[in-house]
Amino acid sequence: MKKNINHSLFTALITFIVSFPLLGLSLVSVNGSLTIQGADNSTMIMIGVAISIVFIFQLYREKILHMLGMLPTPSLPFKQAYKNSSLEKRTTLKKVFMVGLILCVIIWPFMSSRGAIDLATLVLIYVMLGLGLNIVVGLAGLLDLGYVAFYAVGAYSYALLSEYLGLSFWVALPIGGMLAALFGFLLGFPVLRLRGDYLAIVTLGFGEIIRILLNNFTSVTGGPNGISSIPKPTLFGMEFGRRVKEEGNTLFHEVMGIAYSSSYKVIFLYILAVILVIFTLFVIHRLMRMPVGRAWEALREDEIACRSLGLNRTAIKLSAFTIGAAFAGFAGCFFAARQGFISPESFTFIESAIILAIVVLGGMGSQVGVILAAIAMTVLPELARGFDEYRMLMFGLMMVLMMIWRPQGLAPAQRPHMEIKNDA
Amino acid sequence: MSEEFFYFLQQLLNGLTVGSTYALIAIGYTMVYGIIGMINFAHGEVYMIGTYVTFIAITGLTMLGIEYMPLVILCALIIAIVASCSFGWAIERTAYRPLRGTNRLIPLISAIGMSIFLQNYLVQAQGARDIGLPPMITGGWSFGPDSFQASVSYMQLIIFIATAVSMLALTTFISKSKMGRACRAVAQDLQMANLLGINTNRVISTTFVIGAALAALAGVLLGLYYGIANPYIGFIAGLKAFTAAVLGGIGSIPGAMLGGLILGVTESFTAGYFSAEYKDVVAFSLLVLILLFRPTGLLGKPEVEKI
Amino acid sequence: MMPNISENEPVLHAENLIMQFGGLVAVNGVSLDVYQKQIVSIIGPNGAGKTTAFNCLSGFYTPTSGTIRFMDEDIHTLPDFKISLKGLVRTFQHVRLFKEMTVIENLLVAQHRHVNTGLLSGLFKTGSYKRKESEAMERAKHWLNKVDMFDVANREAGNLSYGQQRRLEIARCMVTEPSLLLLDEPAAGLNPNETQDLNKLIVGLKEEENISVLLIEHDMNLVMEISDNIYVINQGQPLASGTPEEIRNNPDVIKAYLGEV
Repeated sequence: MKKNINHSLFTALITFIVSFPLLGLSLVSVNGSLTIQGADNSTMIMIGVAISIVFIFQLYREKILHMLGMLPTPSLPFKQAYKNSSLEKRTTLKKVFMVGLILCVIIWPFMSSRGAIDLATLVLIYVMLGLGLNIVVGLAGLLDLGYVAFYAVGAYSYALLSEYLGLSFWVALPIGGMLAALFGFLLGFPVLRLRGDYLAIVTLGFGEIIRILLNNFTSVTGGPNGISSIPKPTLFGMEFGRRVKEEGNTLFHEVMGIAYSSSYKVIFLYILAVILVIFTLFVIHRLMRMPVGRAWEALREDEIACRSLGLNRTAIKLSAFTIGAAFAGFAGCFFAARQGFISPESFTFIESAIILAIVVLGGMGSQVGVILAAIAMTVLPELARGFDEYRMLMFGLMMVLMMIWRPQGLAPAQRPHMEIKNDA
Repeated sequence: MSEEFFYFLQQLLNGLTVGSTYALIAIGYTMVYGIIGMINFAHGEVYMIGTYVTFIAITGLTMLGIEYMPLVILCALIIAIVASCSFGWAIERTAYRPLRGTNRLIPLISAIGMSIFLQNYLVQAQGARDIGLPPMITGGWSFGPDSFQASVSYMQLIIFIATAVSMLALTTFISKSKMGRACRAVAQDLQMANLLGINTNRVISTTFVIGAALAALAGVLLGLYYGIANPYIGFIAGLKAFTAAVLGGIGSIPGAMLGGLILGVTESFTAGYFSAEYKDVVAFSLLVLILLFRPTGLLGKPEVEKI
Repeated sequence: MMPNISENEPVLHAENLIMQFGGLVAVNGVSLDVYQKQIVSIIGPNGAGKTTAFNCLSGFYTPTSGTIRFMDEDIHTLPDFKISLKGLVRTFQHVRLFKEMTVIENLLVAQHRHVNTGLLSGLFKTGSYKRKESEAMERAKHWLNKVDMFDVANREAGNLSYGQQRRLEIARCMVTEPSLLLLDEPAAGLNPNETQDLNKLIVGLKEEENISVLLIEHDMNLVMEISDNIYVINQGQPLASGTPEEIRNNPDVIKAYLGEV
C-alpha cells in the first residue's frame, strides 16, 4: 500500500506539472510586454479534478481495473449475431449491406439539401483518398506519411494544365493521375527498400518538400496565394453554372429546357465523385485477387520468404506505392475542380495524418472500414460544430486511444481467401 | 581578410549555433530509438513545451520581482527541465508503454497522435499565435572589416558552452554510471537485460526523461535566442533533429551530436548563399539522401540481418 | 527444370567461400560442388557456419570473398531474389510460411513471376491472365498431391501441423520449378515417421524431378541414408568431404562430434 501511495503521489504530481504551468498560467502580451494571467476558475477546477482522478485511480488501480474487467464488454448487438452466423448468412448480410449502401448513395441527392450533397461529395473525396492510402498502408504494409504530396500533385496538375494549356477536366484527370503515379514511382524507387519507420519519415519529408516548393515557386504555382478560377468539369460541353464561363460551351439548364438551379452543379459533382469512388473500389477489388495483391500480402507477412521465392520486393512495393499515388492524383484533380481554388495550405502534413487516421481507424486493409471511417471523420466534425476548437485535440487523442484499445480498426479486414473449388 | 571570409565565418557560426541545438534534440530521438526501436514522434513537442515553460517561468519570476537575470534564467531552465521531463515521462507511460512489443506501425501512429494532441493542447492553453519574449541576453563581439562585421553574440556563446557541457555530462553518465551502463545494456538486448535483473521499464523511462531534459535545454536556449514560441515549432524542429540523428547514425549519441552540427551548418550555408526560404528543404533532402546512400549514418554500425 | 549444362558440370560450384562479420569469420574457405541429380549434405556441430554458408549461396549475404557459380554463371554478387529466379531456392531453419494465407495461396504466391501478366490484363481478366492463373493452379495442385496435402488446401498455413508446414515449404519451393533446392535442417522437429516421409520425398525429388538437393542436417540417419556426398564443416572451416561411408569412418569427423550425434 505504501508503494501505491508513493506512486500515486508521483503521478498526481506529474499531472500537476503537465497541466498547471501551461493551462493555469496564460502568457499575455500587454502593451508590448509579457505578463501572466491566471486562468479562469473553471480551468483551475478542471486541473484539480484531473489531478484527483489520477491520484485516486493510481491508488486503487487494481480494484478499479478489476471492476472494469467484470463489466460485460459492450458489443454491438448485431456484432454478436454476426459472429455466430454461418458463412452463407454472412455473405448475404454483406450483400444486403452493399445494396443498402448503393441505394443510399443513389437516393441521397434527391433527399437532401444542397449543403448535404456538398458534404457527401467531400466525404467521397476522403473515401477515395482513404482507399488509395489503404493500398499502400493496409494492403502492402508501407507506412506513407506524405500521401498528401500526391494529392497536391493531382490538384496542381489540373490547375496548371487548365491555366496554361486550357485542358478540360476530363483530359486533365488521367494526366493528373499519371503524374501523381510518376511522382510515386520516382519517390518510391529509391526509398522503398528502407525499413518501415524510416520510410515513414522519408515520405513525411517528401510531403513537406512538396508543400514548401509549392509555397515558394510563386511564379508557377502562385505561392501561398495558390491558383484560383479553376474551371468546373463539364458534361459534353455543358456547363452547370448560371452563365457560360468558357467560350463554346453551352449551359446545362438551357439545353435541358429547365430553369436554372444551383443544385445541378452540386449534384453533378456528387455523381462524378460517386463514379470515381466506384472506379476505385473496382480496381482495388481486382487488385486484391490478382497476383500483385497476393504478393503484397505475402510481402507484409514475411519479406524474407518472398525474397527466397524470387519475388522482387522493391518492384512489388513500388506497384502499391505508384497505384496508391495515382488515386491520390485523381482525388486531387477532382478536389481542384470542386473547389475552384487551391493553395498549399490544403496540403499540409495534417491532411496526411487525417487520411492515415481514416485508414487506421477503419482497419488497415479493409475497404468497408475505410468508407465508414471516412464518413465518420468528415461528418462528425460537421455535427459537432460547437466543439470546433477541440477538433484537432480530439483527433490526436483519438489516434492514441485507437492504437491502445483497438489497433485493428473499426471493421478489420476480412481478406478474401483464394480457395480450390471441390471439383478437382 | 576579405569580407567574404567574414561572411562565411558568420554563416558557420550561425550554423554551429543552430546545429548545437539540433544536436540536443537529436539525442532524445537517438537514445529512444536505440533502446526501444521507435521514433518518438512527439519529442519535438517536448522541446516546444520547454520553450513555452521557459517563457512562462521567466515572465512569472520577473513579475514576482526577481531582477537578477542570470538567476531568473537559471530558475527558468530548471523549471523548464522539470516540466519537459514530466511530459516525457508521461508520454512514454501513456502512449508508448502499453504498445510495447506490437508491430512498429502502431506505436508510430500513437506517437503521431500524441504529437498532434500536444500541439493542440498548447493551442488551447496558450493560443495558436506567436508569443514573443523580449531579448534577455544581448550583445556580443564583432570583428571583421567595416564592410561586413561578423559577430558572435553572447547568446550564441552560451549555446555553445551549454551544449558542450551537457554533451560531456551525458557521455560521462552513459559510460561511467550504473544507470548509464544499464541503458547501454538495454539498448543492446532488451530481453537479456530483463533476464539479468535490470529494471528495463525504469531504464526506458530514464531514457525518455534524459532526452526530454536535453530537449528542454534546447527549448530554453532557442527560446532566448529567437525569442518566439508557437505550438508548431516542435514539428519542424523535431523533423530536423530526427534528420540529424539519422545523419549521425541512429542509436549513436556522438552521431547525434555530429549530425546536428552538420545539419545546422548546411542549413546556414544554404540560407546564406542561396535562399533562406529553401533552407527547410535542405534538411529534408539531406534526410532522403542519407537514407538512400548510407542508412546507417556516419557513425552508425551497419546492421546485419539475421536470417 | 532441366539444367542446361553438361552432365559433368556441377550445378553449384562454390570455391573458397569466406564470410566475415567485423572480427568474426563465420565461414572460412568452404568449397563444395553439387552435381546433377545429387543429394549433398552439409553437416557439422552447431554454430559451425552452415546456415551462413547457405545465406551466401542463396544471395542473402554477400560473401566477403570466394566464387559461387550456379549453372555455369557467377552468382555471388547477385541479390537473393535474382538467384531464386535462376532456379536456386531455399528453405529456412524456422518455417517461413505465409501463415495467414491458405495453403493454396502460398503455392500461388510462389509462382508470382509466372503469373504476373501485368496491371491491365489482370484488371480486365484477359485470356492470357486466365490461362496463366489456371496453369499456376494446376502446378499447385500437382504438388499438393505430391506432398499429400490436397485435403488441407484451403486451410490457413498457420493452422497446419508442424510436419505439414515443413512439407508445404518444400512444395512451395518446388512450384517455382527450381534446379537446386537448399534445405536448412528440414528434419528438425519431425518425429521418426515424418522423417521417413521426408526421406522419401527428397529422394523422390532427385529421382523423379531431376533436381539436386543440398541440405544442412543434424539427423545422421537421414543424412547417411540419402546423401550421395557429404561435406563436414567445423567452426566455419571445411573438415572433410566424401561419401557417407568415408565420412562415417573419418577419425577427424568423429573427433569433432565427440562420438555419436
